[in-house]
Amino acid sequence: MSEPAEQAGGVALAPPPAAASISVRGLAKRYGEIEAVRGIDFEVAPGEIFGFLGPNGAGKSTTISMLCTLVKPTGGTATVAGFDVNRDRDAVRRNIGLVFQDTTLDTYLTAEQNMRLHAELYGVSRELVGPRMQQVLEMVGLWERRKSAVATFSGGMKRRLEIARGLMHSPRVLFLDEPTVGLDPQTRSSIWAYIRELKNAEDITIFMTTHYMDEAEFCDRIAIMDKGVIVVLDTPGALKASIGHDRVTLQTADDSGAIAALAEHFEITAQMSEGAVVFGVPEGEYFVPRLFAELGVPIRSVSVSRPSLDDVFMSYTGTTIRDAEATDAERNRATVAAFRRRG
Amino acid sequence: MAQATTEGSLAPPHRHAPPVAVRVPSSSVRGELRAVKIVWQRELIRFSKDRLRILTQLVQPVLFLFVLGTGLSRLASAGTHGVDLRTFVYPGVLCMAVLFTAMFSAASLVWDREFGFLREMMVAPVRRSSLVLGKCLGGATVASFQGLIVIALAGLVGVPYSATLLLAVFGIQLLLAFAITAFGVMVAARIKQIQSFMAVTQMVMMPMYFLSGAIFPVSGLPAWLTVLNRLDPMTYAVDPMRRVVFSHLRISAAARQALDPGVTWWGWHVTSLVEVAVVAAIGLICLGVAVIEFSGRE
Repeated sequence: MSEPAEQAGGVALAPPPAAASISVRGLAKRYGEIEAVRGIDFEVAPGEIFGFLGPNGAGKSTTISMLCTLVKPTGGTATVAGFDVNRDRDAVRRNIGLVFQDTTLDTYLTAEQNMRLHAELYGVSRELVGPRMQQVLEMVGLWERRKSAVATFSGGMKRRLEIARGLMHSPRVLFLDEPTVGLDPQTRSSIWAYIRELKNAEDITIFMTTHYMDEAEFCDRIAIMDKGVIVVLDTPGALKASIGHDRVTLQTADDSGAIAALAEHFEITAQMSEGAVVFGVPEGEYFVPRLFAELGVPIRSVSVSRPSLDDVFMSYTGTTIRDAEATDAERNRATVAAFRRRG
Repeated sequence: MAQATTEGSLAPPHRHAPPVAVRVPSSSVRGELRAVKIVWQRELIRFSKDRLRILTQLVQPVLFLFVLGTGLSRLASAGTHGVDLRTFVYPGVLCMAVLFTAMFSAASLVWDREFGFLREMMVAPVRRSSLVLGKCLGGATVASFQGLIVIALAGLVGVPYSATLLLAVFGIQLLLAFAITAFGVMVAARIKQIQSFMAVTQMVMMPMYFLSGAIFPVSGLPAWLTVLNRLDPMTYAVDPMRRVVFSHLRISAAARQALDPGVTWWGWHVTSLVEVAVVAAIGLICLGVAVIEFSGRE
């Protein structure tokens, strides 16, 4: 679907419609019997922070590996920075930066040596290696530590160094596979601060996977992936709005009477949860006055909350992300085993 | 602190300076050479940081040369026509010095896989052959450096410090080190765990070493051993090395005949040049297979 050409004022040299940074059509990956990714479609616009959200084993990492040309798709097509991942592997690689779940640094070397090694492998012109390295290392706050061996770095520092290294060659798309997994909350939020700063400082598209709901909030758009398919794709705000109701939590003098009254007067099915009456209703704040007027049961307290991404995940997959991970652990192991067998 | 800006800079430090524009060029010969060079350099940096490794990998050659050589010399004196047994085993020890170091360099590829760094190289927009070549050259350089230490010991075992001898020995060592690293890299392409790699290489290296004639003359052997000796690639590194060393010794013709008989193929006396060519060919074949193995990987 191409956007209509610009028509304003009959400009003779209308710029071409902005091509998608990532465009995916029917992408699939099968490992023997196991379908890790079952034909997915999506587009990522230039400059976007696009998040892939889902439990472990949902197919996020397989998708990212296909987009990075590390794994060959068994079906469908994908272009990254305008290049086909199957036909133009090297061109894709020249235009992307990668930060993997597991560290890929040489811990024997210093931070600077790791950066220079990367610059050499990517053919960065010699006179730019120094200035560019300084810029990206300063961005992640490691410029002063450039002469230290990576072995002396903490987990958070290593991750920051990997992000800086992934940016060394000015990629058009940066892939971050679970960039904050295994880090403490404070380090996680600092990584996010760097990612947001990066978006302001550089002309770059960021594609990332995460299974932390709170991190998905930082993305411009998110795709929720479950069991190899994208179940929904939108902005975090729209996703939460799509649930269509707020969560109302009531404490009353007579909880069972309140549940009965809700069913009778408002046709609302409420539940008991952690000692309170809980139900969903559209535009909760406008509902509260009616509640006081018509419920007929004394109310001790009321709270109204907007749906969280947890609620979104729940409503689209029928399970919480933590429960999904527990049930998917088995399937995930099978995928890993199949992958190992292939060598 | 970080505020100490460089003297004379006019522009105030900017929160978001425009990004330094970097462009990744299309593949070119120059780009590939840079990749070869940096992978080679990495091996050197790692080796130079690992002093302990330099030391530990000297233990085995030194043991063979001074302990085994000295200890067995009493038993062997009848058969060596007065030549010091240590002088006889010296060429074999030179080969051993590079054998272990080169194999260890190749093993680091398995480490690289385990610790993830291999991935950083594999996703780079360069040919896999450049990475493999850089790795093999790096291993060869590092192993030859280790060999230099053993070369320096020549005087202690009655081998003269002659320029031609040292140069020839070093040249053969370099070639052998390259071939061994290429062999190791070829094996490492298939093996995912360091324990398995070590087990496989031990299983290969020890027979290779013992069959090569590093510790016995290669003539007058039982038929089965002759066959195994001639099939062992290492034979073709030890033999020319021994010829070079022995050509610089003043010993009796009988001793020369007994200790440095030279390798024969069906009665034909194989020349040093052919022997060196055999080592080079094996190295190149291993390199080629290693490149194919790594190129096939996603």
